[in-house]
Amino acid sequence: MDKEHHHSEDRNSPADTWAEARALIDAPDGSINIAYEAIDRHVGQGHGEDVAMLWLGKSGARLPFTYADLADASARLANVLAAHGLSKGDSVFALMGRVPELYITALGTLKAGMIFTPLFSAFGPEPIQTRMEIGSANVLVTTAELYKRKIVAWRDQIPSLKLVLILGDVAPEGCVALGPAMAASNPSFQTVRTGPEDPALIHFTSGTTGKPKGAVHVHNAVVYHAFSGRHALDLTPGTIYWCTADPGWVTGTSYGIIAPLVNRVTMIVDEAEFDLDRWYSTVQNEKVEVWYSAPTAIRMMMRSGADAAAPYDFSSIRFLASVGEPLNPEAVVWSEKVFGQPFHDNWWQTETGGIMIANRPGMTVRPGSMGQPMPGIEAGIVERGEAGLTELGTGQVGELALRPGWPSMMRAYLHEQARYDKCFADGWYLSGDLALRDADGYFWFVGRADDLIKTSGHLIGPFEVESALIEHPAVAEAGVIGIPDETAGEIVKAYVTLNPGYESGAQLERELRGHARKKLGPAVAPREVIFHKTLPKTRSGKIMRRLLKARELGLPEGDISTLESDES
Amino acid sequence: MTPDEIRTAFLQELTNVAPDIEPDTVGPDDHIQDDLGLDSMDVLTLVTALHDRLGVDIPEADYPRIASVALAQAYLAERMA
Repeated sequence: MDKEHHHSEDRNSPADTWAEARALIDAPDGSINIAYEAIDRHVGQGHGEDVAMLWLGKSGARLPFTYADLADASARLANVLAAHGLSKGDSVFALMGRVPELYITALGTLKAGMIFTPLFSAFGPEPIQTRMEIGSANVLVTTAELYKRKIVAWRDQIPSLKLVLILGDVAPEGCVALGPAMAASNPSFQTVRTGPEDPALIHFTSGTTGKPKGAVHVHNAVVYHAFSGRHALDLTPGTIYWCTADPGWVTGTSYGIIAPLVNRVTMIVDEAEFDLDRWYSTVQNEKVEVWYSAPTAIRMMMRSGADAAAPYDFSSIRFLASVGEPLNPEAVVWSEKVFGQPFHDNWWQTETGGIMIANRPGMTVRPGSMGQPMPGIEAGIVERGEAGLTELGTGQVGELALRPGWPSMMRAYLHEQARYDKCFADGWYLSGDLALRDADGYFWFVGRADDLIKTSGHLIGPFEVESALIEHPAVAEAGVIGIPDETAGEIVKAYVTLNPGYESGAQLERELRGHARKKLGPAVAPREVIFHKTLPKTRSGKIMRRLLKARELGLPEGDISTLESDES
Repeated sequence: MTPDEIRTAFLQELTNVAPDIEPDTVGPDDHIQDDLGLDSMDVLTLVTALHDRLGVDIPEADYPRIASVALAQAYLAERMA
């Protein structure tokens, strides 16, 4: 059995690798601040007039922001926060679409030494409120529309919240308009000296049970953002780069804000959602060189066929990458035919902060595989047993695990030490993903080890969905699983039992989906609701999602010795 | 089908995909994603539903042409003619 540890063909020890990575940033006097490394450093080195961000508005606007522009705007934002009495370590949440202010808020918050949490703007009120409670939000930056629709009803229930900044020139009662505040604010700000281990970002990720977890990332993570941006995505100064992810998910922050700016690229930000012709035109007209997207979007392009792509000139493309869920081999092959380059799949998680396993530039892509561990990253396949972890050999399916210690590893789950501790055993970080490693050291995703649902590249916790369904008066119990879908990877499907006095039927099915969408938003809410008389439960009353799924998919039911009640 | 019937069919399928939307509140020019909050998976589901109901196969490149009730009404009428 091959038990050799795989950290790619790279012979350097992790320590050597991180020393090399550290040379990609400045870190003056031992302090490390992500915003300084992303913006001000480049301005100081004479690159202030380079375009940092090219923003494409929904209705056709095309606005370039230079590094100097972002330095100015983020300094103003930091001054606005300071003027309201906020200081280092305070928590700033952003809830908005991909507008320039989102990027400015991220950078200004980090500059001010505060902790930045982006939320996906399509979330419904419940996921937003839960995350702001857990994160003890002090500031929320949002739009008047989102505030009215999703926040105002429960704002007073977040006692930590001191300031709500509203984009534009007018703000509802109890809020401050950001436009005039920025205009009146000083365009220079002394970046707060943050230490490498000072918290910088909190990204929420779903749990199988209980509330979402806030993964805490520190300023030192920028070392890995710089390094992985360079080595996994080929980001070099001046590269025209488009990451299609929303910063509300970790990819859109690590590789949609930090890694590109630290590597001094010109990054495209498109406010609009996926639209075939718009995307192809953007690649062609903006001469995108490196494009980082996700399987759901790639499969949507594929559905439209090579003909739809034929009129466009994709000769600018140098490197394509994909993340979120495994990219099917057909999509890899198709992309090479259509774009002249294959999409390079890679793998990482909210917790890892950066790309861990990748089909890197220059490597032979193995279609369907996530690639090999990045330099400095040691990955293994392990099995949990009574006596601890056993490392498995080539071709065996087990849990994908990593040796902790890379710079962008999460440092905590906020207020959840026990759940954090459970991620580690015998010197490994346990990812919760099942995978195998082939004889050549490529890793292949097999599935989740738990009940989490991977849909359109996002990880959804069934518990959060079930909780929202149960709030409907008709619903007695709910079990939520992911079922395979050729475009989204998986889609969220719910099974419910009803309280007495309620009739199952198409009308109620719609009502429940509508209820869930209002509370959770479309990305999280179930796409389908099925009525059952009972749900399979353990003797302790826990709904057996695994069994629901096995039945749905016609798979073996496995160990059902704990099954208590069940007659669907 | 009359334009009105097409409009009604579209609206019914739209609010079936996204039952959080009240049909009465949908304006003719509301964008199904930007204003009504559908995501791209919802759009795919809607396209499938329209195909099943009206027999119109909508290619990916034409999705912008069903982005509002008014646009969809015109587009579907043209395709069904």
